[in-house]
Amino acid sequence: MSTARGAAQLRSLAATVFAAAAAMGTMCMQADAEDRVKGPGLGEPVDADQVAAWNLSIYPDGRGLPAGAGTARSGQLVYTDRCAACHGAAGEGGTGGHLVGRGPLDDADPDQAVGNYWPYATTLFDFIRRAMPMDKPGVLSANEVYAVSAYVLYLNQLVGLDQTLDAATLARVRMPNRDGFIGIDAPLPPAPR
Amino acid sequence: MPRIPIEKHRLLVHGLVRRSLRFSVEALSRYPLRSQILFVECGGNSNAGWHQLAQQTRAGFLHGLASCSEWSGVPLSIVLDECGIDPSAGWLIAEGADAAAIQISLPLEKAMKDCLLALYQNGERVRPENGYPLRLIVPGWEGVLNIKWLRRLELSREPVMARNETARYTELLPSGKARMFTFVMDAKSLITSPSPGHRLKERGIYEIRGLAWSGRGRIRAVDVSADGGLSWAPAQLQEPVLPMAFTRFRVPWRWSGAPAVLKSRAVDETGYVQPERAALVAERGRHGYFHYNAIVAWEVDEDGELSHVYR
Repeated sequence: MSTARGAAQLRSLAATVFAAAAAMGTMCMQADAEDRVKGPGLGEPVDADQVAAWNLSIYPDGRGLPAGAGTARSGQLVYTDRCAACHGAAGEGGTGGHLVGRGPLDDADPDQAVGNYWPYATTLFDFIRRAMPMDKPGVLSANEVYAVSAYVLYLNQLVGLDQTLDAATLARVRMPNRDGFIGIDAPLPPAPR
Repeated sequence: MPRIPIEKHRLLVHGLVRRSLRFSVEALSRYPLRSQILFVECGGNSNAGWHQLAQQTRAGFLHGLASCSEWSGVPLSIVLDECGIDPSAGWLIAEGADAAAIQISLPLEKAMKDCLLALYQNGERVRPENGYPLRLIVPGWEGVLNIKWLRRLELSREPVMARNETARYTELLPSGKARMFTFVMDAKSLITSPSPGHRLKERGIYEIRGLAWSGRGRIRAVDVSADGGLSWAPAQLQEPVLPMAFTRFRVPWRWSGAPAVLKSRAVDETGYVQPERAALVAERGRHGYFHYNAIVAWEVDEDGELSHVYR
């Protein structure tokens, strides 16, 4: 901030704080006592529908999963069309990561992938929905995301070929490595029921 | 890379708050602004160190996934306070406006302590590749948490368990268990000169120079060895020594013309000492990929050529 522009920014900032302090009066005094600065309060209220339209979060207990359903059998078609070019015909990997992992994680040369490492199936659905396919994220319908998630889980021998996955059943797929983690700088959340 | 018109961008804050609010970048520009010089380092920086054999390349290729800038932005606590934090909230989910909508979970305590909604980097607008028009800055914690093109913050009871905090950015241990939520970048140091690619053309005095940093605060000391760690000498630290920022160190050294092994060892203000590679590998194995911060050794041969060694 050694430039003239930086100095101008600092001067205008001081003016803003002064105006805010004058407007907020005693509230600002309290904020000072707690060493908590307050802003000018310019956030615009957003209603629940607008929040829902933006909110992509899917939690391990299944909260946030959309309506829709799919099976591995239908997912195989989506996978061949949209995923196989990078992840291999059977999830063995290519320019994209490999998706099938079965070996033990304490192996001398461990093979970490969806089936033996990822703790939650909801994470698989979420990542496919928000980030895949890499050249066109967001192009898959909810049914297609359920189906291709089912297919990846099927390749890892975690669901059957005709098992239907939806908002209720996906979160119930018990991943083998669910309890395989240790929280270092924050505790792990309790595993969902 | 997303190219976002600044006037169209909004930050949504919702979840366990009294009221969900949306902020334009113009509005945020009127909030109290704070500047801090901070490093941002990828959790996967220096990962070549886990290889069985020392990789031969330049220091920047081995350890260059790190930078240090002056970040200016609105303290996140001000914006979260404005929304009214529900006491049951413990985590903050942050999401970008990139094509993959990359998201992470952050303990709310950290968000309230020192995180910034950054508008400027080194006195200019944050550049598109660095997150324009708004980037979350999480001082001292791994780079992936510093969400670029920030568009959504959700307060929640639990972490969301995103791909980048479960399948990636976790570190498998020899036991088969994996470390998760390894947020803090532990102290690291590196001799940048001389380093591989340089050649000492004659015996005599050289200045050994490098960088040290710690996600836990200030660097307290850097020691340098020219005999592979048998003996150490304190390096001079370039003032000002700032918390969670690159700190330059330097120490003069006379090269006798005989082979030598140069090392640097950082100590931060918490007393944490940068570990030798053997100790780090003994503790973590070699398959964690992330958070490699062991002491780096460069060997000088009798021709003055520098190479990367494990000693």
